[in-house]
Amino acid sequence: MTDETNAYDAADTGHVWDDNLRELTNPPPRWWTIAFHASWIFVVIYGILYPMWPTFSGYTKGVIGWTSIGEYKESVAQLEEIRGPFEAKIAQLEPAAILADRELANYTDASVKVLFGDRCAPCHGAGGQGNPGYPVLADDVWLYGGTADKIVESIVNGRQGMMPPHASRFSDQQLDDLATHVAGLADGKEHEAGKVLYTGAGACFACHGMDGKGNQALGAPNLTDRVWRFDGSLEGIRHTIAYGVNAPGVPETRNAVMPAFADQLDETEIKKLAVYVHRLGGGQ
Amino acid sequence: MSQTQQEQAFGQHLDDLYAEASHWHVNTGKETIHAKRVGGRFRTLKWWSSAVWLAFFLGPYLRWDGRQAVLFDIPSRQYHIFGATVLPQDFWMLSLLLLFFAILLAVVTATAGRVWCGYFCFQTVWTDLFTLIEEKFEGPPQARRKLDAAPWSEKLRIKVPKHLVWILIGMVTGASFVAWFTDGWAMWGQLLRLELPPVAYVTIAVFTAFTYVFAGHMREQVCFWLCPYARLQGVMYDRETILPTYDLKRGEPRGRVRRGDAVSEQGDCIDCRQCVAVCPTGIDIREGQQEGCITCALCIDACDAVMDKVDRPRGLIRYASYDELEGQPQPVPWKRPRVIVYAIIMSLALAGIVYGLSSLSTLELNVLHERQPLFVQQGDGSIQNRYTLKLLNKTPEELQVTITATGLPELVLVGAEEPIATAPGRVTTVVVFLRVPGERLPEAYSPVIFEVVAQGDQAIREAVESVFVGPG
Repeated sequence: MTDETNAYDAADTGHVWDDNLRELTNPPPRWWTIAFHASWIFVVIYGILYPMWPTFSGYTKGVIGWTSIGEYKESVAQLEEIRGPFEAKIAQLEPAAILADRELANYTDASVKVLFGDRCAPCHGAGGQGNPGYPVLADDVWLYGGTADKIVESIVNGRQGMMPPHASRFSDQQLDDLATHVAGLADGKEHEAGKVLYTGAGACFACHGMDGKGNQALGAPNLTDRVWRFDGSLEGIRHTIAYGVNAPGVPETRNAVMPAFADQLDETEIKKLAVYVHRLGGGQ
Repeated sequence: MSQTQQEQAFGQHLDDLYAEASHWHVNTGKETIHAKRVGGRFRTLKWWSSAVWLAFFLGPYLRWDGRQAVLFDIPSRQYHIFGATVLPQDFWMLSLLLLFFAILLAVVTATAGRVWCGYFCFQTVWTDLFTLIEEKFEGPPQARRKLDAAPWSEKLRIKVPKHLVWILIGMVTGASFVAWFTDGWAMWGQLLRLELPPVAYVTIAVFTAFTYVFAGHMREQVCFWLCPYARLQGVMYDRETILPTYDLKRGEPRGRVRRGDAVSEQGDCIDCRQCVAVCPTGIDIREGQQEGCITCALCIDACDAVMDKVDRPRGLIRYASYDELEGQPQPVPWKRPRVIVYAIIMSLALAGIVYGLSSLSTLELNVLHERQPLFVQQGDGSIQNRYTLKLLNKTPEELQVTITATGLPELVLVGAEEPIATAPGRVTTVVVFLRVPGERLPEAYSPVIFEVVAQGDQAIREAVESVFVGPG
């Protein structure tokens, strides 16, 4: 008959408490012992293979020469190997040629998205959807031209809008008339008194054209489309006419400045950004 | 009931409790179980069920259309199952397949116990094979126990070949597993010339080690202490589940057969312990259903053979439910709610898989609507939405694909004027725009349908519904 409280007949340590609880000398379970020895053997092997112990002048290097920065660089090199052929092609091609190659264009979209997010999205929005006071890039309305080359030009040199203020020259009634005329252009409606000012004293036609279709060479917006550079309400249009754009000494003036990126981005980056912007929805 | 009677009854309960606990034997693998092999109905059945695993060894060598019939081609992310090619995009079917087998396990277990464990589980089957080999080398259980106790100098000569054969089986198991992932016929040559990728050798090594340790050394310990399914399945039993059961009423009180004891107070169990001797997990079924029982029914074979010899009816140990032993009526399995519910879930999963396999499209289209901005107003007042189309060509040839969009009046598709070339087995990404005159937009969200058709083969097509967003 085996002792039910001492199934393996282990020796007694003599330590007894609470009347009848005895401490025996059962060995730890076999699996535990194996795991214990496997653990320290693992540590020793690991220490031989990998960097492990600090020394006075550095650390033990390990025989296989692994480093975390080395592993990182290897991963980067792998990435570069995939990207390399695309980047080489992009560097040689004109933006229009990149746009014509679907695979290259898709690669550009994917690879320059982060740069767009860093440099362009703060003003133009993450998807080029624009922000109040900053133009939408995803539509087909372009102040300075929507071809890839023109977009490159805008990124390289930046852009600065310019429209003189008219508040000092026109009466409130004249400003109202002119604003009403301009606001109606998209619907083909004209305002008699406003039209006179547009084609006459206001000299609006000089930049925006007799037909109001604007002039991309000057960055003068088309007034006959549905997209407004600034606030498109009657009140907003009147404000723009009264105080102009980037008018010196006029605190209420509209601001329209895009910085030049020539010094900040390299040629390929600018090219890729232009392709990306072109593909947002309105490239020409 | 008087005071003393109560005390007596209480004492009796307590004694029963201790008696029950006293023979609880926790099997921690301290002692190797050497089960006796006997023939019988269930032994034969077990061979047939084990034979299912031949498919694992032979399956990779089947051919279909000049390539391996079932091939899990991981590097090119393709899974060939006879005529069908399954790509990762179709893997929702795998979840249905897993659901199907999970429920199958449940319904079988609820009806007839741990059928998986007892008849089909690789642990059971491989262990069975390993112990068979052990018996061929070392003889019946008695001889094996004696050999185990013998000094190493004596047993080394017998033991080493056995271990070598075990390791060889482990290696073949590993190599057969690998063969499902590469060309099976070519694999063996590559394997011997050391031309397989390192991952193949690591896989074979891991399989060899686990097969050798699990089937050779740990055996029932895996079922007791490692396998979660073993414990899971126990909770699926109910009173109506039929299990190998010892008929307590008929068998007890058990006792040795004594010659000349014509009229006996004894039950039918002659306490020959054959049921224990043949049990691969080393339990005594007469103590009732327990965690260690994998319901392999080998004890039924053993008991039936003994009953035949002592001229008593078979079935002292038999497949019986708790209710049956209690004399309760036993409903037919398909009238049990559990079985019905399980069967419905299984049919749904199976229907989904059949539907999926039969509707595997050769050209797949995914439409991602641009989220930022959801829509853009163009200079002429029209509303434009941007879409990224992902075209997956599952045919072996390059396809020229035309894209059309319908669903709104005066809808204009921009960016897919020319047919799109799609390389075989690859995803081609196309950015397109849809444009609608602003005043023609009835709702903020309108459904639109993109359709892609391969040029030259109108049958290769796919239509996907997406949404067109406007200011509303």
